[in-house]
Order: sequence, then C-alpha cells, then structure tokens
Amino acid sequence: MSMIYRRRLFINRLSLVMAMAAMAIGMMFLAWILYTLLSRGLGGLALSIFTQMTPPPGSEGGLANAIFGSLLMVGFATLIATPIGILAGVYLAEFGGRGWVGPTTRFINDILLSAPSIVIGLFIYTVYVANVKHFSGWAGTFALSLLAIPVVVRTTENMLRLVPASLREAAAALGAPQWKVTMSVALRAVQGGVITGILLALARISGETAPLLFTALNNQFWSTDMNAPMANLPVVIFQFAMSPFENWQSLAWAGALLITASVLGLNILARTIFAQQKN
Amino acid sequence: MNTDNAPATPSPKIRVKDLNFFYGSFQGLKSINLDIAERHITAFIGPSGCGKSTLLRTFNRMYDLYPGQRAVGEILMNGRNTLDKGQDLNLLRAKVGMVFQKPTPFPMSIYDNIAFGVKLYESLSKAEMDERVEWALKKAALWDEVKDKLSQSGLSLSGGQQQRLCIARGVAVKPEVLLLDEPTSALDPISTAKVEELLHELKTDYTIAIVTHNMQQAARVSDFTAYMYLGEMMEFGVTDQIFIKPRRKETEDYITGRFG
Repeated sequence: MSMIYRRRLFINRLSLVMAMAAMAIGMMFLAWILYTLLSRGLGGLALSIFTQMTPPPGSEGGLANAIFGSLLMVGFATLIATPIGILAGVYLAEFGGRGWVGPTTRFINDILLSAPSIVIGLFIYTVYVANVKHFSGWAGTFALSLLAIPVVVRTTENMLRLVPASLREAAAALGAPQWKVTMSVALRAVQGGVITGILLALARISGETAPLLFTALNNQFWSTDMNAPMANLPVVIFQFAMSPFENWQSLAWAGALLITASVLGLNILARTIFAQQKN
Repeated sequence: MNTDNAPATPSPKIRVKDLNFFYGSFQGLKSINLDIAERHITAFIGPSGCGKSTLLRTFNRMYDLYPGQRAVGEILMNGRNTLDKGQDLNLLRAKVGMVFQKPTPFPMSIYDNIAFGVKLYESLSKAEMDERVEWALKKAALWDEVKDKLSQSGLSLSGGQQQRLCIARGVAVKPEVLLLDEPTSALDPISTAKVEELLHELKTDYTIAIVTHNMQQAARVSDFTAYMYLGEMMEFGVTDQIFIKPRRKETEDYITGRFG
C-alpha cells in the first residue's frame, strides 16, 4: 500500500469515528431526556390526571383543566393559522414573483419564523391584553397562531416550489386560469407536504410557554370561557416544577411527559404522511 | 434565410408572419414565416436549441407564463392575431392544446384528469361527462387498458399510458389545434408506435404541429416538415420533398446525420 493511500484510509476512518461520536452525543442527550421524563413522569401518570383539576399545594389533583385549555388554544390557533398560512404561502410561491411585495413579505416572514416566542407574547400582551385589561384564552390563541403562521407559510411556499413547471404548464395549456392551476393541480400535488407543515407548526406551538405567560396566564379551575384566563400545560409545568411541593412537582413531570409524547406523536404522523406522499 | 419557398398549403389554420422571439435580450427566433395547414401534421426538426420548441410555445403563448420572454410579429389564427394584447390567454389555450415531452398527469384519478379541462369551459351532466371521458380515452387508444380503473390515480399508469392519458386530456376539450413537443421521446418503441398511429387518426379532426428529434418519426407522421437552425427557418416544405430532395445542403446534412 502506498503512503498516500494509507493516509487517505486513516483520514477516512477518523472522519467516520468523529461523525459517529457527534451523533452519539446528540442521541445520548435525547435518550437521557426521554429516560428522565419517563422515569419521573410515568409514576404520576394516572387516570386522575385527565379527570381532576390542578390542585392547591399538598392535596391530590390532576391536569384536566390544563390539558383542556391547551387543546382548546392550540386547536383554535391552528384553525386561524392554517388558512392564513396556506394562502400567504400560495401568494409567495405563485403570485409574488414579480415586484417587491413578495420578497419583502418573505423576508419579514423569515424574521417572524425565528422571532423569540417571548416577544410574540409581549406583543399580544401590549396590543390585546393591556387593552381589554384581562388575560384570556383568546389572547393565548392569538399569540400561538402568530407563532404557527410563519411555519405554515414557509412550508407551503417551499412545497409549492417543488412542483415541476411542467405540471403547471400542462394545466395552463388546457386553458385553466392561474388560480385553478394553483389550487386544483399544484397545491394538490403537494398536499401531503403542506399537511406536514401544519402538523409541525402544531407540534411547535403545543410546547410554547413564554407566549402564554403574558396572554392566557393560568386558571386553577375548569373554564371553557375563552375570554377568561385559561389553564394550559406549559404554564402549569412552569409553575409546578418551580414549587417546593412534591405533588405539584410530580404533576409537572406528568404534564411534561404528556406534551413530549404528543409532540413526538405529531412528528411521527407528519413523517408518515410525507413519506406516503412521496410514493 | 426567410421561407419564401413555403409550399402553397391547403387552407392554413395558423399563419406565422415575421415572428421574432426574445428570451430577455437573446433572440430565440428570427423572422419566421410559415403556414400551418389545417387538418394536416406539420413537423419541426432541427438540432437542440434551434428554436423549434420555442416556436411551438408561441402558438398557445405558453411563454407568457414567464416574465422576460416576448414575441414580436403576427400569428394569425382564424384571422386574428393571437399575439395581440387583447387576446384572452385561457380561451386561446382552450383552443390550442399541448402535449409535453414528459408525461404530466395531474395528481388525481384517470377520470378527473380528463374531466379537468372539460369542466373549465363546459358544464356537462354526469352521463355526458362519462361519455366524453370514454370518447377521449378511445381517441387516445387508452380506453381498453384503463376502463376498469378510471378512479385510480393517473400517476399509477406506466409512462406510455401516462403520455396517452395526456393526449386524451388534450383531445377531450376538443381543441382546434394540437401541439406536441417531443411527445414520444420518453416512450418505448411500442408506445411510440401507438402514439404515431393515434396522430394519423387525429389529423382528420385536428390541426397538428409536432416537434421531434426523431427524423424517421417526422418522415413517418408528417405532411409538412420545417427544418430549423439557430432560430431560423432553414427550409419548409412537403415532407416527402424535404426528405427525398431537400433544396438546401444544410437540410440534407442534418437529415442524413452528417450535421456539424
């Protein structure tokens, strides 16, 4: 074996080992987090979590009001963000190619995409909560939808850009107006990817704490009033985990496990849908 | 050279007069003149980049989808200049159908692929639509292969079937002109033969313009042939004459494979 070949072989092995080590470090922490969550959270995970309200310190209780509040706010936020996000994404991909409106919107959307969520929370606090003078479920919903919209816009635009020009031309060649080409052919060709984007946005907002602290705050009781402060899992976890009370801490772990499991589930669902789309 | 030598075509469907085409500042077509004969097949041949696809795409103004591309001159169809600003592009494209090099089935069922274009301009009853879909698929020689699976995705078909589906889709809207841009270059010989047979049948009802890299194909299917080179119309005439006794040395070199 020549010197130069042996050298190359060595570098090859070294790079492989370093890449594997980097992967192992990442995986180790992920496994560690999951292990901690499972070992601490599984114990607290009882049926009462889903049936009882968040308790005062020292007494038994569950997370029912927080789970319900989270579902309600995340659900409404997704309902608001989906149409706005898809339409804006369609605009950017199909209509915003010429002039300055498209590129400017895309730039601002990218900033929104990486804006710290606490800023979004403060923004809704200033323009909505401070004006109506009380925390509310709607305020939380608005903050969450502001976080979800840029994600949906981005994925919708990216997906539409993957549609080959030949498919658009084929539809246009039949005399289809641009709107019809976009909605019936292009968007349909990538619907799996767009749905994936919505699910990923949903996963992202279901774990957000900061924007809810300033908007929905919390509520110790069962409440379906979207105009009143509303309990939600992330804020409950935040408060309970910081407390000195053991029953609160164990509820916080159970809540954390619930959120992680549902985010994991959403991600797997998104991947499955996207994989099916590709076939 | 301009084509003053264009043959006296039997009643032209499309008349191209002094057509120039620009991709930005690059001139893709240089003062093209020709007549496309009604209910005949006109083939465009020439090396890659010679402008034959560009010319085809001016007939349905497909280039209008892209900013920076423009055509100057006249393309008369039914006596009207289709390059006019006032021309409604969707109506033009409904009359001038197009089939592309790569099969482009829409992400929907075989039935809906055909019905898509029809629904744009006609409101048919369910029974009438069924009839139209069957008619179009029969025209494209695809009916027997798909009649039992019309609700399956168009993407589930083989490449050759997909291309015939695209032809059926184009025929279903009953256009006056059918443009084909290398329709068989992605197909195997058997599918190619089927498509060529189909073209023979279609020309009794439609005016057809086809771009092809396959010289034998042009000789087999077309009534008239245009040889293009570097954006210019080098020679245009009756297919037999072009292939047996071309007027120009360049045409002969290309046809016999001694090009370049």
